[in-house]
Amino acid sequence: MADSPAALINPYRMKLVLEDGTTLAGTSFGAPRAVTGEVVFNTGMTGYVETLTDPSYRGQILTLTYPLVGSYGVPAPRAPGSIAAPYEADRIQVQGLIVQSYVERYSHHAAVRSLGAWLTSEGIPAITGIDTRALTRKLREAGTMKGWLLPDGHDLDRTSAHAVDMKEEVFRAVAPAAPILYEGGKLRVLLVDVGAKDNIVRSLLERGATVDRVPWHAPLAERAALADGILISNGPGDPKDLGPLVAQIRALLAHYTRPIFGICMGNQILALAAGGDTFKLPYGHRGVNQPVQDLLTRRCYVTSQNHGYAVRNDSLPADWEPWFVNINDGTNEGIRSRVRPFFSVQFHPEASPGPQDASYLFDDFLRLCGAMSNHADTPRGAP
Amino acid sequence: MYGAYLPKKPRRVLVLGSGALQIGQAGEFDYSGSQAIKAFKEEGIATVLVNPNIATIQTSQGLADKIHLCAVTPDLVERIIQKEEVDAIALSFGGQTALNCGLELSDAGILDRYGVRVLGTPIRAIRDTEDRRLFIDRLDEIGVKTARSRACRTPAEAMQAAREIGFPVMLRGGYALGGKGSGIVENEHALAEAVQRGFAGGVPQVLVEECLRGWKEIEYEVVRDARDGCVTVCNMENLDPMGIHTGESIVVAPSQTLNDHEYQLLRSVALKTVRHLGIVGECNIQYALDPKSADYRVIEVNARLSRSSALASKATGYPLAYVAAKIALGYTMPEIPNAITRRTTAFFEPSLDYLVCKMPRWDLGKFRGASLRIGSEMKSVGEVMAIGRTFPEVIQKAIRMLDIGVKGLDPLAFQLPDLRDQLVNATPFRIFAVARALWEGMSVDEIHDLTRIDRWFLHQIEPIVDMHRELSALRPAPPPPPPRPSQAHAAAHAGAHAPSSSPGASLPATTPSTAPPAPSAPPTLPMQHALPEPRVDDYLGEDTLRRAKQLGLSDRMIGTLTGAPRGSIRRLRKRHGILPHLAQIDTLAAEFPAETNYLYSSYHASATDVPPSWRKKIMVLGSGAYRIGSSVEFDWCCVNAIRAASELGYETIMVNYNPETVSTDYDTCDKLIFDEISFESVLDIYEREQPYGIVVSMGGQVPNNLALRLHEAGARILGTTAASIDAAEDRRKFSDLLDKLGIDQPRWAHVTDVDAALDIVNQIGGFPVLVRPSYVLSGAAMSVAHEPNQLGRILARAKAVGPTHPVVVSKFESHAREVEIDAVADRGEIILSAISEHIEDAGVHSGDATLVLPPQSLYIATLRRVRRIAQQIARALSITGPFNIQFLAKLNAVKVIECNLRASRSFPFVSKVTGVNFVAEATRRMLGVARKVDSPGLDLDYVAVKAPMFSFSRLTGADPMLGVEMSSTGEVGCFGDDLHEALLHALLATGFRFPQKGVLLSLGPLQDKYWFADEARVIAEHLKLPIYATPGTAEALRSLGIACTSLAKQGDEGETAMQALDEGKVDLVINVPVEYDQFGRPDGYLIRRRAVDLGVPLFTDLQLARAIIEALRSKRSQDLKVIAYDEYLARSPVALT
Repeated sequence: MADSPAALINPYRMKLVLEDGTTLAGTSFGAPRAVTGEVVFNTGMTGYVETLTDPSYRGQILTLTYPLVGSYGVPAPRAPGSIAAPYEADRIQVQGLIVQSYVERYSHHAAVRSLGAWLTSEGIPAITGIDTRALTRKLREAGTMKGWLLPDGHDLDRTSAHAVDMKEEVFRAVAPAAPILYEGGKLRVLLVDVGAKDNIVRSLLERGATVDRVPWHAPLAERAALADGILISNGPGDPKDLGPLVAQIRALLAHYTRPIFGICMGNQILALAAGGDTFKLPYGHRGVNQPVQDLLTRRCYVTSQNHGYAVRNDSLPADWEPWFVNINDGTNEGIRSRVRPFFSVQFHPEASPGPQDASYLFDDFLRLCGAMSNHADTPRGAP
Repeated sequence: MYGAYLPKKPRRVLVLGSGALQIGQAGEFDYSGSQAIKAFKEEGIATVLVNPNIATIQTSQGLADKIHLCAVTPDLVERIIQKEEVDAIALSFGGQTALNCGLELSDAGILDRYGVRVLGTPIRAIRDTEDRRLFIDRLDEIGVKTARSRACRTPAEAMQAAREIGFPVMLRGGYALGGKGSGIVENEHALAEAVQRGFAGGVPQVLVEECLRGWKEIEYEVVRDARDGCVTVCNMENLDPMGIHTGESIVVAPSQTLNDHEYQLLRSVALKTVRHLGIVGECNIQYALDPKSADYRVIEVNARLSRSSALASKATGYPLAYVAAKIALGYTMPEIPNAITRRTTAFFEPSLDYLVCKMPRWDLGKFRGASLRIGSEMKSVGEVMAIGRTFPEVIQKAIRMLDIGVKGLDPLAFQLPDLRDQLVNATPFRIFAVARALWEGMSVDEIHDLTRIDRWFLHQIEPIVDMHRELSALRPAPPPPPPRPSQAHAAAHAGAHAPSSSPGASLPATTPSTAPPAPSAPPTLPMQHALPEPRVDDYLGEDTLRRAKQLGLSDRMIGTLTGAPRGSIRRLRKRHGILPHLAQIDTLAAEFPAETNYLYSSYHASATDVPPSWRKKIMVLGSGAYRIGSSVEFDWCCVNAIRAASELGYETIMVNYNPETVSTDYDTCDKLIFDEISFESVLDIYEREQPYGIVVSMGGQVPNNLALRLHEAGARILGTTAASIDAAEDRRKFSDLLDKLGIDQPRWAHVTDVDAALDIVNQIGGFPVLVRPSYVLSGAAMSVAHEPNQLGRILARAKAVGPTHPVVVSKFESHAREVEIDAVADRGEIILSAISEHIEDAGVHSGDATLVLPPQSLYIATLRRVRRIAQQIARALSITGPFNIQFLAKLNAVKVIECNLRASRSFPFVSKVTGVNFVAEATRRMLGVARKVDSPGLDLDYVAVKAPMFSFSRLTGADPMLGVEMSSTGEVGCFGDDLHEALLHALLATGFRFPQKGVLLSLGPLQDKYWFADEARVIAEHLKLPIYATPGTAEALRSLGIACTSLAKQGDEGETAMQALDEGKVDLVINVPVEYDQFGRPDGYLIRRRAVDLGVPLFTDLQLARAIIEALRSKRSQDLKVIAYDEYLARSPVALT
């Protein structure tokens, strides 16, 4: 095929191949490039700009279950160095995008370009015309699978070797190369970046904190000492691939007296550092309608989620306890130390996309940071 | 048990229903009330229901423990509270009627007096949402934005407020349902007029508000429990922006043009607002959203289940009413299981992997004088919901579901002479004007400027129009233009018949237009000259056909555009394997396995989620959109047919697309297919599911019309054969049958030539005659002609008269009684029957007539004859299943007017009155099960009356006069010890109030003036009410020695009828028109219209007026008893089935 005259290649034809051999034909609306990655699905009905730039999706091919995608276009690119919404990172993070019906003719006051134009400009392939419900059912029943997006003219054998696979470099790729300091108010938060969404930074800044955003592989102890609290961010993939970070956090847990808060991957890192265990969910939680319950207050929240791994409740050491639970499948959605101000959640209180029900957690975290900062010698319980 | 968040478990809960269906308050409340009763029942709590709407599921046996079929008024409800000893009340399941009644009961201290707790949202919160001033203050407290607004109690205040806010302004009445009395006012003159109308209509205050015309209109459905758990179940976006009532708008769910920021902003505001107001249960919050920024205003909060919540329930599969009822009992959402997945709980927000489109169904053409304009007042009488994966797919489905005679979003479907006006001033046809404008090459930007419809929707319609072009162009060598004189006639006259009350708006052409803009474009009528060659298979490729189907074009539309003969597209489609697949509505986008049986079809789906079972099953076709003449009663029939079949062990498949119904509740059947009821889609489902047979006789005319074609396509029609159905439907065949059986019928003939019409009228016995065009498209179709000129005018309006479009004229009998029989037969033998009589003389449509069962004034001989004729017809057509025959009875002669071999509008009424379920029995018989049934026949120790509910007050300008065309939007059925009591109960339930001030009499024909003399004397002497009478009537009354005040004609000296009405001297109007004159007299029209606008009870039928005065003479308000339905039935000699 690759030897065929270029004229025979239709740049708009594309196929999706799954590792079980399923081949689905569709039309390309992004970059005509072959890629491979774990195929996952997200059930949110809005928020494709936020989702596509969420670093937790790094290395994955994303399927959106809502059938119409692109309707409200894409806003202007942000200036270098900016962390403005709705973007969650400087670039698109997914390997590729799969939709049922792409909408080229967008309509929105904030939009300046179509989704297809944005994807193309960032070199991300995308396919439309796929029955994403049937695909989702397959992924649900068979578990997440590896897949390939292949433009016309590529076939699997010849191109799979060349198809970009992010697995190895993913964690380095999503974290900033060097620490970045966002000046804000008096309280200083050390954000351990494993692929943090920019809205975590924005959420802290809005509440008057200064954010020291450092890559996960940087030495943390010294910076931790300067901070009023630590926030371990979300990130892609398996937490067990982050051994060095787990070790650093374990060291901090031994003596740190100020609050440590984890989000998503941060929840899993904290669990592993505390001596607990994580496991891979059959098909993960990816959507903006995930119900969780606070086991202490019994209150329920609708949350935004994006994770493929979860903390094993029964693996937690005696001085830790489950904090939140997923009402749908009973899996862990957060843990807390019984004795120290360490706590984390599996969902995304920063939302973006998704409901902002849990944003109070940032308030609680910073309130505690403030309290502990003034009375560093009298440790208090978690919120 | 009961939830932890309720201090004490209620013992008996009073549930208030919404009463008769009317514009703004329709079938959705049967659904929500039924769900609530089910939820209470599960907890072992007794329920007492007050709802006079006898055709509902909720008033059926087996649901509520006690049913009171009477008006939902504080007076009667108080007596029921006393009698039934209830200790709690649920106000949020019966629409605005129930809410208002609850507020009045609370205000009067009645709830406190009897220790009745309000379940769910507390009264205080309800009041905060109902009173605009309080509402705005409460939202201000938490910094939530509302439209700038001023509550005004006088016209002067309103004028002042409008000047401050700046014209145009939005004018609203407080405590309104369906936006009654609201509208955009452009200038001071218009304001003065509108305010006058509002205050005169009894509105205590009006709201003058900032005009947000052109802003996006967005709604969220919110659920909150007593533990402060709060979710938004669904959001919806109106295609028609602010300025058009949401009930009048095309609505999609979820929203399409909001980004996540806007979606979450409005969601967060919703949660904050609902928590602050303290809602416990379900509510709806409406927003205006600036299309140019993320600025918003909260428009209103409905602290109850609403039309939108019924839609949201059906759109998402989340049972809002059921969950709201559980929450009212103190449960938190995580304690309530998700009925769809059976694995998750009610605390979640559904994720859709499809979209839905709701479209309103209007019947404005049925009302003479009614404006075609739509705006901020609700006028639609029903709605449809289409489910699919793309906007083109759902909008095309939805348009076909409206059943207005078009095959989809066809740009050429209607005559739209002034396109720009059609775009600017919305009418029910605006969506077609949009398609037409695109077809004619108008740009999306220009259409957007004219309509303010978001460009997204316009861009989505473009490919549909393009596909119409593409398919038209495919058609090989255009044939010579076929001569179509009748069409040209239609085109030439369409503009001339635009109703005068709506300048610029045009009537839809009853036949598709003929003037394509491009020379290559084809006409849109199915070709009468089929092209012999080449075959469509040769020029319509697989890819194009698939794209056309994915864009939602029906086989017929594709066939018409490509000139393919009927049936060929289906054949071609099947050859290529282009079939719709059934997908589940599972509330979570396939994330978890779901056991749901709730399905829709799409050409974008590549696989079917739920394979057909091997069980023996039947398919029941529903009634489609509620409309005038087909409403909740057919839904009752469908649900009961499903239940009966289910009891016999059949798997049941329901096909329907009306979100307001109980039949589209997925609990009702084994498989709910929420889709079109068309030949194409029913056959697709039939072929896939392979049921034992199809029930077409329960959903009214929509499924009945499909019988013959489905039969010819090889589908098994259960019960009466398709050939028999055709023999009853086809006027000629049926007439021949009657002649053969020696059964009398009014004389009739076809008119195919306007010039010969007079001769034909003379042949059938002269005037008056009933004139009925052959093609009836939701327009005013039937009329009575009393003299040649009138006949001429009616024929001119019928537009296309010719051999292919004959008009039927039949002899119209004056002063005859009308009698109906509803019956069930098995292989020609009548098993069950009930005979009812109309109070009105024949000539009032049976749907608008007041029915009495058992009959109170028929001769025994007449009853015998009616029964004998029914049996003869049943045998001749070998009927198995339900049927209804209408008769004229004059003296002892009986003539057959009409016969329908299906369940009729009155089946629920006769079933409930006799205590024998006619539909269940009919279903059993259709499935070959014969059990002995006892029927009480006429042996009932009570009388029941079915009375119509009209919605004229919502239809500006419409003449509230009864005629041969049906115009009621709903009905009630009430019981009594005698006719007087039953009639008064029924009238109270349709808005009648006992007159206390004065009665206005205006009796047209001279003989009527004398016929009414006794009653007039009763008014003056027994009721002791002053009589005001128009000059002629006054003269006649005086000559008989009856005292009355003579009113001047409009324009003459002295007090006029209008003044008497305006001054509130009159609280009952009896206005009998000269004859059933379509063109009316101006004075009569003005009186009728003013009475309706002022909410004064109006009666235009002499016989009904006489019956009412008789009833008023024998019963005072306090004499009416409240007796539960089962107590009446216990008097009946027949055991209940």
